[in-house]
Amino acid sequence: MSHQGASAGLSDAVTMIDRSVRLMRRNVDTLFVSILLPMLMMALFVYVFGGAINTGTEYINYVVPGILLLTTGYGASNTAMAVADDMNSGMIDRLRSLPIRSFAVLTGHVTASVARNAVSTAIVILASLAMGFRPAAGPADWLAAIGLLLLYVLALSWLAAGLGVIAKSVESASTLSFFMLFLPYLSSAFVQPETMPSWLRPVSEHQPITPVIETVRSFLIGTPMGNNGWIALAWCTGLLLFSVTLATSLYRRRTSH
Amino acid sequence: MIVEATRLRKSFGATEVLTGVDLQVPEGSVLALLGPNGAGKTTIVRILTTLTRPDAGQATIAGYDVLREPAQVRGVISLTGQYAAVDENQTGRENLVMVGRLMHLGRPAARRRTAELLEQFGLTDAMDRRVKTYSGGMRRRLDLAMSLIAQPRVIFLDEPTTGLDPASRSTMWDAIGELVRDGTTILLTTQYLEEADRLADQIVLLDKGGIVATGTADALKAQIGGERIELRFADEMQLLKATGVLDGIADELVLNIPSDGTAAHLHHVLDVLRDNGLQPERVSSHRPTLDDVFLALTASDRS
Repeated sequence: MSHQGASAGLSDAVTMIDRSVRLMRRNVDTLFVSILLPMLMMALFVYVFGGAINTGTEYINYVVPGILLLTTGYGASNTAMAVADDMNSGMIDRLRSLPIRSFAVLTGHVTASVARNAVSTAIVILASLAMGFRPAAGPADWLAAIGLLLLYVLALSWLAAGLGVIAKSVESASTLSFFMLFLPYLSSAFVQPETMPSWLRPVSEHQPITPVIETVRSFLIGTPMGNNGWIALAWCTGLLLFSVTLATSLYRRRTSH
Repeated sequence: MIVEATRLRKSFGATEVLTGVDLQVPEGSVLALLGPNGAGKTTIVRILTTLTRPDAGQATIAGYDVLREPAQVRGVISLTGQYAAVDENQTGRENLVMVGRLMHLGRPAARRRTAELLEQFGLTDAMDRRVKTYSGGMRRRLDLAMSLIAQPRVIFLDEPTTGLDPASRSTMWDAIGELVRDGTTILLTTQYLEEADRLADQIVLLDKGGIVATGTADALKAQIGGERIELRFADEMQLLKATGVLDGIADELVLNIPSDGTAAHLHHVLDVLRDNGLQPERVSSHRPTLDDVFLALTASDRS
């Protein structure tokens, strides 16, 4: 790619990011729900179920990392819907008949998704502190936890973008991304996997969300790390590579016929 | 020829939507692809704008091959599709600046061009409102303005006025007319014969994926004969008697008589009527419309 091509590609990406962020900011309902819903879930688990769940620590300390992952899942499903909206309106033909790289369109949505998730995650963390979350983490631990969460959000956003590309409508994008909301319930987010029936335990222990949660937990409240850090990193990196490849090749397929 | 296509073919599954289409558009002219739904109009536009690959045939825009040099093609064209491709949650101005930036105009140039186009399309008052508050006509105008931001050499308009009320349609026609005066080449598709008649230098009649006829509106009309005189009678008896003395085609209570459009011929018809004591209720003279042309040219495959 020539130097000029590279800078034009960058400027296209910036324009598309600018667009996606603006559209997202104006979609007040979605933004509001994506912040409010995780807080309601946190309140529900801490005040309603929490008393009945024994995790060996204050329940709020246990549950916050799980809530953070639940938040990102919800954020990602919004991304799938935003991409599906573009793909199924006339907008995609306009964008494709412009001299820009196809990659720029998805990059815009994914970046907006990461930004929105970063904001909603920060708000959830502040709320959890107000509700009594007492992490035992130093600045380096916080940085590591946030870094891993961002990597996870990035990977999940690309996966959501891929789902948005194949969805035939905004509604079906929302249905397709349902499992992103559901998967955290089958992890160590809310209860310890040891308490689950024996057939469900392997599912819970070997799905990607559990090691990510355990790693964040270890950074924030000092539970034993074990191999979780590396497993989480491997899952997130693998998922990111897989999702970027999937989303871009699906995009190319859907837009060249 | 700024747009040139040879033997374009395309099938979707078992359905053949283009059966070998040739097109030539001289620079600065307006070509209308006219035909009913399913005739293949949109597929041709999608191939020429690099959105769809043809199964066979080739096409160039300003000398660039649509298959081998899509990026260069996209640099000289613009497309306004059937559905207004605008972001509802951005303002009119934001939509325009965005497209200007994506055409690599640079921020100051994009802003300047945006202001010009808002003015030209009568959207200056609404420029800072979100597009979701716009009327259908305003959306189409914004859509067209977005297509013009980088002053493309060839503009593709896919059914630019479908679904618009008559007033908005006429505003849109004026806007298109202005582009023509500026020397832009336009390829438009339409189902409305009136639209093709009014805007196009050259009309290509399409049916079932193939070209049925090509020419100016007048040439096409001449192809099925000139004018006709229409006589409407009060009852069957009179109509029957008239068909005995005048050459024409009867349809219900109307007799259609081919004419060369001269006063002498009209006199002759009226004389024959008087001599035979016939009193039509109504006498009128008609130029053939493109509707007549279309029906006449496609009638053979329909029956």
